[in-house]
Amino acid sequence: MKQSTALLAGVAVLALSTGSALAQVSDDVVKIGVLNDQSGTYADLAGPGSTLAAQMAVDDFGGTVLGKKIQVVFADHQNKPDVGASIVNRWIDAEQVDVVVDVPTSSVALAVQEITNKKGKVHLNSTAATSDLTGKACSPTGIHWTYSTTALANGTGKAVVAQGGKSWFFLTADYAFGHALERDVSKVVKEAGGEVKGVVRHPFPNQDFSSFLLQAQASGAQVIGLANAGADTINSIKQASEFGITQAGQKLAGLLVFLSDIHSLGLQTAQGLQLTTGFYWDMDEETRAWSKKFAAKHNGAMPTMAQAGVYSAVAHYLKAIKEAGTDDGKKVVDKMKELPVKDFFARNAKIRADGRMVHDMYLVEVKKPSESKGPYDYYKVLRTIPGDEAYGPLSTDCPSAKG
Amino acid sequence: MFELLGIPPQVLFGQLLLGLINGAFYATLSLGLALIFGLLNIINFTHGAQYMMGAFVAYLLLNLLGIGYWPSLFLAPILVGLVGIVLEKTMLSRLYKLDHLYGLLLTFGLALLIEGAFRQMYGVSGLPYPIPDVLKGGQNLGFMFLPNYRAWVVVASLLICFATWFLIERTKLGSYLRAATENPALVQAFGINVPRMITLTYGFGVALAGFAGVLAAPIYSVNPLMGSNLIVVVFAVVVIGGMGSILGAILTGFGLGLVEGLTKVFYPEASNTVIFIIMAIVLVLKPAGLFGRAR
Repeated sequence: MKQSTALLAGVAVLALSTGSALAQVSDDVVKIGVLNDQSGTYADLAGPGSTLAAQMAVDDFGGTVLGKKIQVVFADHQNKPDVGASIVNRWIDAEQVDVVVDVPTSSVALAVQEITNKKGKVHLNSTAATSDLTGKACSPTGIHWTYSTTALANGTGKAVVAQGGKSWFFLTADYAFGHALERDVSKVVKEAGGEVKGVVRHPFPNQDFSSFLLQAQASGAQVIGLANAGADTINSIKQASEFGITQAGQKLAGLLVFLSDIHSLGLQTAQGLQLTTGFYWDMDEETRAWSKKFAAKHNGAMPTMAQAGVYSAVAHYLKAIKEAGTDDGKKVVDKMKELPVKDFFARNAKIRADGRMVHDMYLVEVKKPSESKGPYDYYKVLRTIPGDEAYGPLSTDCPSAKG
Repeated sequence: MFELLGIPPQVLFGQLLLGLINGAFYATLSLGLALIFGLLNIINFTHGAQYMMGAFVAYLLLNLLGIGYWPSLFLAPILVGLVGIVLEKTMLSRLYKLDHLYGLLLTFGLALLIEGAFRQMYGVSGLPYPIPDVLKGGQNLGFMFLPNYRAWVVVASLLICFATWFLIERTKLGSYLRAATENPALVQAFGINVPRMITLTYGFGVALAGFAGVLAAPIYSVNPLMGSNLIVVVFAVVVIGGMGSILGAILTGFGLGLVEGLTKVFYPEASNTVIFIIMAIVLVLKPAGLFGRAR
């Protein structure tokens, strides 16, 4: 505590003494910290691929900004909020990290949001889902980039209800993310005149879902909503087909599904599944060009929306530092909100006052094995969901967005 | 009475059956652990990694050599067992004279290395392994749909558990093994090659883990983390049953599967902690475990 106070004082003195018209970069380096699950359940959907995406953004930017070096570091938060919090504290207090990016696992993301807010550093979140990041936990230095539970609810949730899925049963991962997703989808279902027949909250992570699936089956609901992610979703879908649940007429709604999940499930099991995504590699020339470059450095695996989002967020961040002439957290984020967001990832995009990066989302359906031309040719885009429809109105829970 | 708790009997029977299926995995894995601990005095933390290797060997046999599920059910445990024997010969055998802690640390480190290597090569999302054609589909039991494959898992585990128990407790070879744990020097004096017997026992215990891995491959995705998720629970099973007790490991494995199944109905949030609560209670009341004897 004493040390950090001394450090702060030092930084303040330094900032005052160099406070001329010159461009300023703290500690003569812009340090980007990629914080995610490097080895566990969520490692394939973000993990080392996100670190690669951040590095690609830095390389494409030229490796320097305002004449100073840009450096990428990464760490494994093991999906544990306490581990994530201590890494971020160390990064900011002792290792000159200016921005924390990626941060899957909503419980960890909320902890990181609080620390970065307090210390005036930037948090560019690509992979956590909870819409609370731009709601009651919003921060003037935090931006939520790729998707959110609201967007998933307005995408997949609405689509399923519109196709007649009026009664729902939720299989929810028992932590911040699962709860937020369940809450946001339930809201959409009820607004559309549907009903929620029950919920079962399973431990995270979990392997055997048969017991929970049977409870869902017994509820008689038309739709089983999977408010979980990664390996949990993969196992839920596999076991639902093993226990004859989908064959018996109940429909599964994968509320958060990544490209890497489909790759693991295989099209035979996953075909026909509808899901909402913020990005698909095979949409046009631009997305294909970037994605192929990415895959060449990533064992041939195409990017997930999380990884593409990291690239887009870091690229925009660096652009804002250049325009703002400083790497001060608040000033850079203000500049990011001011500048137009446009790249292969973000379409019709803008950053709202609450920190939400609003962009077009896509409702897609997983192809049949006969329709697919090979690995990673998995989605057909059913509909483009305009950003404003996907993300809804500005959150009323966010204090800094008002006034 | 069931309905008093708000759960119709049909649902309850379904959940009990599922508990039994999970219990089958616990039993097969804890059996191998108990065997190794009982005869070698080694707390084998690589057991989870060896279970995972069983699943991966089955996956690789299928995808590289086109060898299907049934031959894999025998080949994979043998291969994984051989890897175990190499480990025992080159490393573990040097630790028998030292405290338990050394064996635990070594096997724990090995488990991390093995898992790390597989994760590096295959990622964490898991790889698909198909259910063998004969066992596809399932039976409608009235109260639930029982996939044929899961029924097979229970049968296969019961068979293997019974065979192992019979081998150790009721045959001449088993009596040698048990005697060698009590007094290795004396047994060796009778002209029995004790070190070789111990090596083979470790190989067999590891092969049991590999067998469970092959059984699990079609149900869960073949995943480098599948072992580490399970191993902690299985250790709790062994502790509750009594370290080193063969029968204890089998009965506790199935029993705790049932308890866990019930927890998933009444309070799902606690389903991954209930086993540890039971472990704590058992350790307080009966420190040697339900079926163990104090050493």
